[in-house]
Amino acid sequence: MGSRMNTILQVCFFAISKILPGEEAIEAIRKSIRDTYGRKGEDIVQKNMQAVDETLAHLFEVKVPTELSSTIAMPPPFSLDAPAFERDVLGVMYAGRGDELPVSAFPIDGTFPTGTAKWEKRNLALEIPAWDEKICIQCGKCAMVCPHAVIRMKVYDSKELVGAPATFKSTESRDKEWKGLKYTLQVAPEDCTGCGICVEICPVKNKSEARLKAINMVPQPPLRMPERENWDFFLKLPEHYRRDIKVNTIRQQQIQEPLFEFSGACAGCGETPYLKLMSQLFGDRSVIANATGCSSIYGGNLPTTPWSKNAEGRGPAWSNSLFEDNAEFGLGFRLSIDKQTEFAQELVKRLSAAIGEELATALVTASQKDEAEIYEQRQRVDLLKEKLQGNNSPDARQLLSVADYLVKKSVWIVGGDGWAYDIGYGGLDHVLASGRNVNVLVLDTEVYSNTGGQASKSTPRGAVAKFAAGGKPGCKKDLGLMAMSYGNVYVASVAMGAKDEHTLKAFLEAEAYNGPSLIIAYSHCIAHGINMTTGMSDQKVAVESGQWLLYRYHPERAEQGENPLILDSRTPTRKVKDFMEMETRFKMLTKSSPEHAQQLWREAQQDAESRFRLYEYLAQRKTEKAPV
Amino acid sequence: MIDLSTRYLGLKLRTPLVVSASPLSHDLDNIRRLEEAGASAVVLYSLFEEQLRQERFELEHHLTAGTDSFAEAASFLPQPSEFHVGPEGYLKLIHQAKKAVSIPIIASLNGTTVGGWTQYAQLIQQAGADALECNIYFLATDPDVESADIERQYLEIVEAVKSVVSIPVAVKVSPFFSNMANMAKRFDDAGADALVLFNRFYQPDINLEELEIEPNVLLSTAHELRLPLTWVGILYGRVRANLAATTGVQGPEDAIKLLMAGADVTMLCSTLLRNGIHHLRHIEKGFVKWMEDHEYESVEQMKGSMSQLRCPNPGAFERAQYMKAVKSVQHVVLSSREAWSVLNRQ
Repeated sequence: MGSRMNTILQVCFFAISKILPGEEAIEAIRKSIRDTYGRKGEDIVQKNMQAVDETLAHLFEVKVPTELSSTIAMPPPFSLDAPAFERDVLGVMYAGRGDELPVSAFPIDGTFPTGTAKWEKRNLALEIPAWDEKICIQCGKCAMVCPHAVIRMKVYDSKELVGAPATFKSTESRDKEWKGLKYTLQVAPEDCTGCGICVEICPVKNKSEARLKAINMVPQPPLRMPERENWDFFLKLPEHYRRDIKVNTIRQQQIQEPLFEFSGACAGCGETPYLKLMSQLFGDRSVIANATGCSSIYGGNLPTTPWSKNAEGRGPAWSNSLFEDNAEFGLGFRLSIDKQTEFAQELVKRLSAAIGEELATALVTASQKDEAEIYEQRQRVDLLKEKLQGNNSPDARQLLSVADYLVKKSVWIVGGDGWAYDIGYGGLDHVLASGRNVNVLVLDTEVYSNTGGQASKSTPRGAVAKFAAGGKPGCKKDLGLMAMSYGNVYVASVAMGAKDEHTLKAFLEAEAYNGPSLIIAYSHCIAHGINMTTGMSDQKVAVESGQWLLYRYHPERAEQGENPLILDSRTPTRKVKDFMEMETRFKMLTKSSPEHAQQLWREAQQDAESRFRLYEYLAQRKTEKAPV
Repeated sequence: MIDLSTRYLGLKLRTPLVVSASPLSHDLDNIRRLEEAGASAVVLYSLFEEQLRQERFELEHHLTAGTDSFAEAASFLPQPSEFHVGPEGYLKLIHQAKKAVSIPIIASLNGTTVGGWTQYAQLIQQAGADALECNIYFLATDPDVESADIERQYLEIVEAVKSVVSIPVAVKVSPFFSNMANMAKRFDDAGADALVLFNRFYQPDINLEELEIEPNVLLSTAHELRLPLTWVGILYGRVRANLAATTGVQGPEDAIKLLMAGADVTMLCSTLLRNGIHHLRHIEKGFVKWMEDHEYESVEQMKGSMSQLRCPNPGAFERAQYMKAVKSVQHVVLSSREAWSVLNRQ
């Protein structure tokens, strides 16, 4: 029965409670099995019938002793190392005893500290990945695709290894620029969900035993204690200077600390790796408006949140307002931040004599286009705050309160396709038209995942979803094409499992672009009816068949006289049928309405072909430089 | 007027050229085109019991995975009121094919359980198939299972199927038996109406770049003709069942050789996948021309003329020919070695 327990527990309930006479209840269960599963095949019915018989045969009473003799201690719900508020308020809520807390224990303004998911330590996985440092090529792909940030990499000086636990693994860094440094790939054994995507994506095979890779799933229990120590030691290793990391190449970029970890998303989730990437690149200066949906639930499922902070205490500020208003909500962040920055700059200019002309000019003209420049600006702001100490003028006191706005903030408007294509589209359109500098990230699962798989306008033709049980008759809305028509919106369509370097490039370009940016990120999902372990690598087939296109529309190229659209997908080498056969959301229609499925699949192939031709045409057109 | 007709499974066929089970018959239009190109009968692609079972379990798994774990999503996919997870599609194809063409339609079944074999065989008969070909594809790899047990399994399947249908039953097997002649006799006794020689077991290949074992369906080549040719030649006249020769028929002469060896029909697949359905016309034309040039009047006339029973040198079918064959290869090797030493001396 796998992990399905309902048939078994139902039998237990009726057998024990005796609400109905024994045989009558079991007969009723058998009848309901036949009614429910009959149309799915006799072998499925038999499997369930067998489960009923086996349950009855193996049901026994467990006598609860009057005294405990077990030597196994139950760990506290939140580690005792957690800070007081986390341990005594959040931990109590987490243990299901929140009703015991007084109202005064709660934050008066509704804000909760970040970095709290790490205290949960759910120990969900039967198997966790084990690293083979001897054959690992240190490409960083496993760290990038991990939905829960439980695989991380660090490079560090060998002297940091003093005091390392006995089983802590480390090897020489293979990167030319980090020659002489040590490299470690570490797994968080108690937070891993066992999805196996890391193993699936690893490109290296063991030359003596091809079924093994540089990372392999092994049973968790024997590794739990030693790896717990290793994980704690790993966390204490210093983070490499952000200014020294080449962020445009995955093998280096992935050592950036993720500030999104251990969410409650499904094992193997397709959305979370994109959020984790964003948190690595810009998390220490980002403000996030999150639409309702999977991302708001796993993003802020109180009492904990996976959004976290670095050693300096910096990390994303995150909020979920409603479903339909998310784009405007995020735009409001940008307007407010810009205004405060403007005010801070005004004050700096007014106080330039007090703080020094050079510092004042530098503060106001800093370009802040990369990690190094942002670091320098932060230094300046720290210096500014020092200089303002003891200055009691109203301007100085005002400036102290808004000085942090002199450091560039990254505004992200995040949500799924249910928000972006449907209920929030009006707001999204308004925000894209505003021309303001915001980054919109659409985690496109092509269905309303959180609420059980209802069709959205992003659902592709032929996919089965709720309210489209006969297969979605119409084609998928082309949100990217509509956004491109503004001409001043950066638009990218990405799929991490198909081309990870391309995804990274799009995130960097979106943030760098001083205007509205839209990233539409293909996210595989449990609502697709797929094997989640291969969900990421299966994205390759989606792109190869033309079912999903990869492209970037960059308005700045138009200013140089170049065609702003770059089609990053190659001409499809397979039919969409190859992709659709891999996913139950398409394939099940061939079992419920075979002829209708054939028709829709034919149309889906036409959709993919004509869409590719259109994008090919748009990307190849000759364009002229805009007149000066 | 040359008579190409032949009898197979009690059916009178216009020619001995039959299309064997292949992806060609997935499509009803292709079946029509095969008839137009001259096929005298079509064996449909195989219905796989294990594939149906696997699809049922996979569907059930994906419809229920992750459900009941989150209050807002008690399920992720709608449950249709109807599921066609059995052989309905295949049975419908039989029905449609029978309406669309006038040539016989032979269904092909690849079962795994005895229950599956008999249940599907009955359904196939009800759907209107003219005959049933049992595709017994069983790769024995368990070191603890003895050959006698495997042979018994094959026969049980044939007996079981014969006991539940009244349409003719052909049995398609591989040549990997200790004594193919003994198995043929036992299939005969079990009631098989025809033996289809031979099934090809597909062996996988190794992809060196990806380090994966990959399924690798290779279309048959000309030299694979020799195996059915040999065994049809040996079995002709020794079994009651019809003989269908399959594998390696690339052109008209291959078909003629098989018929002369004793086949009632020859089955084609790879050559049509390679060259197109129309290639069948070309083969038939070549077949007729050869018969005209060599003054043969009918297929019945030539049938079995070169079988072991009737050919001029029957020992050639067995070990005697082995020594002669080896000697002829040595001669080739020696003469080329001589040629090399001559060249090197210069």
